[in-house]
Amino acid sequence: MGKTISEKILGAHAGGDVSAGDIVIAELDYMMAQDGTAPLAVRSFDGFKEGKVANPGRVAFCIDHSAPSPLKSVSDLHAIMRTFTGRYGLELNDIGSGVCHQVMLDRAHALPGSLVIGADSHTCTYGAVNAFATGVGSTDFAVGMLTGNLWFRVPETIKITIGGKLGAGVFSKDIALMLVGDITADGATYQALELSGSAISDLDLDGRLTISNLAVEMGAKAGLMEADEKTLEFFRGRTDRPIVPVTADGDAEYAKELQYDISDLAPQVAKPHTVDNVVPVEEVEGTPIAQGLVGTCTNGRLADLRAAAEVVKGAKVDTSVRMIVAPASREIMIKAVREGLIETFLEAGATVVPPGCACCVGTHQGVPSDGENVISTANRNFKGRMGNGEAFIYLASPATVAASCLEGRIADPRKHFES
Amino acid sequence: MILKGKAHRFGDDVNTDYIISGRYKFKTLDMKELATHVMEDLDPGFYSRVEEGDFIVAGSNFGCGSSREQAPLAIKYAGVSAVISESFARIYFRNSINNGLPSIVCDSSGIEDGDELEVDLENGTIKDLTRGTEIETSPLPKVMLDILNEGGLVPFINKHGRLPVE
Ligand code: SF4
Repeated sequence: MGKTISEKILGAHAGGDVSAGDIVIAELDYMMAQDGTAPLAVRSFDGFKEGKVANPGRVAFCIDHSAPSPLKSVSDLHAIMRTFTGRYGLELNDIGSGVCHQVMLDRAHALPGSLVIGADSHTCTYGAVNAFATGVGSTDFAVGMLTGNLWFRVPETIKITIGGKLGAGVFSKDIALMLVGDITADGATYQALELSGSAISDLDLDGRLTISNLAVEMGAKAGLMEADEKTLEFFRGRTDRPIVPVTADGDAEYAKELQYDISDLAPQVAKPHTVDNVVPVEEVEGTPIAQGLVGTCTNGRLADLRAAAEVVKGAKVDTSVRMIVAPASREIMIKAVREGLIETFLEAGATVVPPGCACCVGTHQGVPSDGENVISTANRNFKGRMGNGEAFIYLASPATVAASCLEGRIADPRKHFES
Repeated sequence: MILKGKAHRFGDDVNTDYIISGRYKFKTLDMKELATHVMEDLDPGFYSRVEEGDFIVAGSNFGCGSSREQAPLAIKYAGVSAVISESFARIYFRNSINNGLPSIVCDSSGIEDGDELEVDLENGTIKDLTRGTEIETSPLPKVMLDILNEGGLVPFINKHGRLPVE
């Protein structure tokens, strides 16, 4: 019987032939923790009777969720991370480096065919570059640091084939939201997704990462794609480590196979307060908004900033809206500066904040007020997510967010992309 | 081990932001302090009502969302002895067991808010004393039972000096 991508990557790292359902111990190629999870991982690590970090060169800490620190109590947690990384010689990506997941890609820590854990649920993002990457908690992360290994249950896989061509003004985020709406918030729990088809190959890497990022919003353990020339091109010059892409066998066994055609897909919006509460933009057009966010590990990459900039170029953000732009990493911000995108945002009246998570998780940089509607390119719209349980979060593509910021109400972005 | 307490009923898709909001968890490692905010956005009075040994009873997909281990820890430090749900999100499930907080999978639909429950972890049964019913639970995988029996993953590794898979 053939093997899925998950079975092959986990097997290669467990040193044997493995199948869905097996419980294995596998060697980790890389591990990442951020400022919401690393301090607790350090505490778990300190609870071990003895031991040191097994492979210091395979660990990265990122300070991105609450960065720069808005409070002394947060600074104290950041200090725990700086002390620990100093003691064991671990890589620290301090404030301004960017959202942990983009840093893991920019620095080529997550490679095709590799096994990566991150103490953050959106670690599944790197599935788009063919890494088996999954989120874990702080204690599992501490065990990973101590032993260099972790136990995994090899997941069953849902194969998703997406065909068709995206219309103008419709983006990969719309595909991702459509999938979450269809598969639902727990439709893929404990399972891996394998995504392929012409619509996936047509996307640039930035667009693919957006889709894998939302895999966990369907409960999935990983959101895998095969590596192609675009993937390899991204890593060229970034690493000397060997790159060993993994493909699924033609006769691999799948738990389920789903097919979609996105040729007629409209821009999608997830309404409060669940990510799978997805409707076409027409159904919510006109809903007043007070804040818009373009950024996050879902949509803070260069292609996203370009799409949003194209919409707001030469126009003005409505006076009733705070538009916040957060490039996903320092590398992306530098490119966005060089391309003039940052200037475009500033001229339009947007606020550009440092690379990082911005107001995605309610720690700082734009907590909404009671009763306000926010439209965001992020991946979660849970009640209270942005720091106020009395606010309402809508999720959409960067183009939809930008178009909405111009009008002060949720707007269909397609009019900005008609040729 | 037999656990006894009252049921506190919640619905489907209780996410980790509801269990403990990001606006608190980024500020402290003091789990007793975090516990005072547990479930706050969903049920503001929960922490003051819950008593030592009580149960959270939910529908499907409990603990979906982020990987924050503060979620099971806040529940545990609030005095809850186990969470009973139709299904759990993957990362939360691992995190709860790693911290010695049982996640019990069963058909929870017959349990109502305030019911007195008696949970037998070894035999995998729940007695609803208020309703006089008995519910079968799905057994945990052996690796997770082993971790739970040692009180969590860190104590397991300290005792056995290895990962919990032979
Ligand atoms: S941008 Fe948002 S979803 Fe992504 S890692 Fe940061 S807080 Fe989490």
